[in-house]
Amino acid sequence: MASSEEDGTVEEKENNNKRRTKSALATAWLTFYNIAMTAGWLVLAIAMMRFYIQKGTHKGLYRSIARTLKFFQTFALVEVGHCAIGIIRTSVIVTGVQVCSRIFMVWFITNSIRQIQNEESVILFLVVWTMTEITRYSYYTFNLLHHLPYFIKWARYNLFIVLYPLGVIGELMTIYAALPFVRRSGIYSMRLPNKYNVSFDYYYCLIIVMLSYIPLFPQLFFHMLRQRRRVLHGEVIVEKDD
Amino acid sequence: MLHVTSFSGGRLCHSSGILRKEVLAAKMKHYEVEILDGKTKDKLCFLDKVEPNATIGEIKSMFHKSHPQWYPARQSIRLDAKGKSLKDEDVLQHLPVGTTATFYFRDLGAQISWVTVFLTEYTGPLVLYLMFYFRVPLIYASKYDFSTSKHWVVHLACMCHSFHFLKRLLETLFVHRFSHGTMPLRNIFKNCTYYWGFAAWMAYYINHPLYTPPIYGEQQIRLALILFLFCQIGNFSIHIALRNLRPPGSKTRKIPYPTKNPFTWIFVLVSCPNYTYELGSWLGFTLMTQCLPVAFFTLVGFIQMTVWAKGKHRSYLKEFRDYPPLRSPILPFIL
Repeated sequence: MASSEEDGTVEEKENNNKRRTKSALATAWLTFYNIAMTAGWLVLAIAMMRFYIQKGTHKGLYRSIARTLKFFQTFALVEVGHCAIGIIRTSVIVTGVQVCSRIFMVWFITNSIRQIQNEESVILFLVVWTMTEITRYSYYTFNLLHHLPYFIKWARYNLFIVLYPLGVIGELMTIYAALPFVRRSGIYSMRLPNKYNVSFDYYYCLIIVMLSYIPLFPQLFFHMLRQRRRVLHGEVIVEKDD
Repeated sequence: MLHVTSFSGGRLCHSSGILRKEVLAAKMKHYEVEILDGKTKDKLCFLDKVEPNATIGEIKSMFHKSHPQWYPARQSIRLDAKGKSLKDEDVLQHLPVGTTATFYFRDLGAQISWVTVFLTEYTGPLVLYLMFYFRVPLIYASKYDFSTSKHWVVHLACMCHSFHFLKRLLETLFVHRFSHGTMPLRNIFKNCTYYWGFAAWMAYYINHPLYTPPIYGEQQIRLALILFLFCQIGNFSIHIALRNLRPPGSKTRKIPYPTKNPFTWIFVLVSCPNYTYELGSWLGFTLMTQCLPVAFFTLVGFIQMTVWAKGKHRSYLKEFRDYPPLRSPILPFIL
C-alpha cells in the first residue's frame, strides 16, 4: 500500500510522542492480559487436579471445568487483534490458525458433541493445553516486566517438543471418536433439497480437518523449533514477518 | 590540434582542442552498462558500446543473450537494488545514470502470458458448468445420468453462465489491451483453482436433481435476468471504452470519461465501473439461481474487485492532478 510521505519535524515529534504513549498503554494492557490468562489457566489446572483427587476418575471432569475453559480459551481471540494492530510482532495468520484450532476444538467438538466429553483423549489435550498456556502466558508476563527467570524461558522453549505432539494426538483422537456421533446426529449439516441450494456434511468436514493437521502441524512445530534455536542459542535466523 | 582517442566510455583524457573533442565525444558517446545481481551484488553482465538511445527492453534482450535462462519477461532491471522496476520503454540516456550505468537485476521467476492465463482460467468454468448441466456420469446418482432438469430457470442459468464466460474469452482475445505481457507462473494455478473450483461448486447445486427454484418464481427470475443482461452490456461497454483509450500496441494511461454510450455514463461516479457491472451481473445470477455458493462467489469476487478498484483509484489520483473528485473506486459514494 502506498503511504504518503510527509516531512515535518513537528509532525515527527508528535508521532513519536503518540507512539510512546501508545506503547506505554499497550504494555500496560498486555501485562494485565497475560497475568489474567496465566491466572485463568492456573485456576483450570487446579480445578482439574482437585476433581481428579476428589473423585478418582476423569469422568465428569470436563463438565466441571467446561465454563472456565470456554471463557479463557475464547478470550484468547484478542491475541489475533494484538497482532493485527501491531502491538505484538507475530503474523496474524499464525496466531489466527492457532487460536482458531483451539476455538474449534472447544466449541465445535467437545462442547457440542456431548458423548465424547468423557474420553481419555480429552483429558490428554486439556492437560497439555493447561501446561502449555501457563508456561506461555507467564513467559510473556515476565518478559513484559523484564524479569524473566531462566526456567520459564527453558520451559517455554523445551516443553513444547513433547507437549505439542501429545496435544495433537489428543485432539485427533477426540475428533476421531466424535465421528460416529456426528454421522448419526447430522449436527451442523444440511441436506438437499433446501431453499439455499447448498449442502454441508460436518462428517466430511471433520475428516478434512483431521487431514489438514498433516501439512499444518509440521509448519507450526518447526516455527517453534526455529524460535527455540534463536532464543536459547542466539542463532541469527533470517526471519521476516514469519 | 591534438588527436583525441576516446575510450569506449566516452572518457577522454584532458587536452586542448576542446571543440573538436566535444564533437567527437558527441558522435561516439556510447554507454557502458553493468548489471549486478540485486541480492548478492555480483557482476552478472557487462555491456559496452551501448547506444545512448537504447531502451531498457533492448538492454534486457542483450542480457538475455549472455544469460539465456533469463528471458526478458522475467527480468526486473532497477536503478536501485530495492527500488522499482524500470520500464521497457525507458531510454538509457534519459535515466539518471552516468556513462557507465549500473543496474540491478531481479529474477521475477517463470512467467506466463496474461492471455494464456485468462484463456485457461475462463475455459475451465465454461466446460465444467456444461458437464454438470448435462449431468455427465459420476457426478450425480446414476439414475440421473444425462437427464435434463425440469426447471426452466436451470436452462436459463446455463445460458447466462456460458454466455458470461464466452464473453470473457472473446474479450481476452479481441478487446483487452494488457499493460503487462506476463505474470508469475504460479498465478495460473492459484487463479484456475479459484475459478474452476467455484464454477464446479456452483454448477453442482444449480444442476442438481434436487435443486429448488427461486421462492418468488417468475418475478424473481425476470428481475434477475434484466439485472444480469444490463450489467453484461454495461461491462462490455466499459471494456470497449477502456480499449479505445489506448492506441494499439501502446501502454499509455489516460483518465477514462463517459462517452456517447449511456452505459459509460457511470464513469462520472466510479473509477472502475467494469467491476461495478461485474458485481451487478453476479448479483443478478445469485438472484436468478437462489444458490448460496453463487452468493459466496459473488462476495469473494466483490472483495477482490474492491481491493483492485481501490488500488487503481489510488494510482489514478497519484498520476493525474486533475482527476475528477466525485468518483469513488467501485460503488458510487460508498466504496
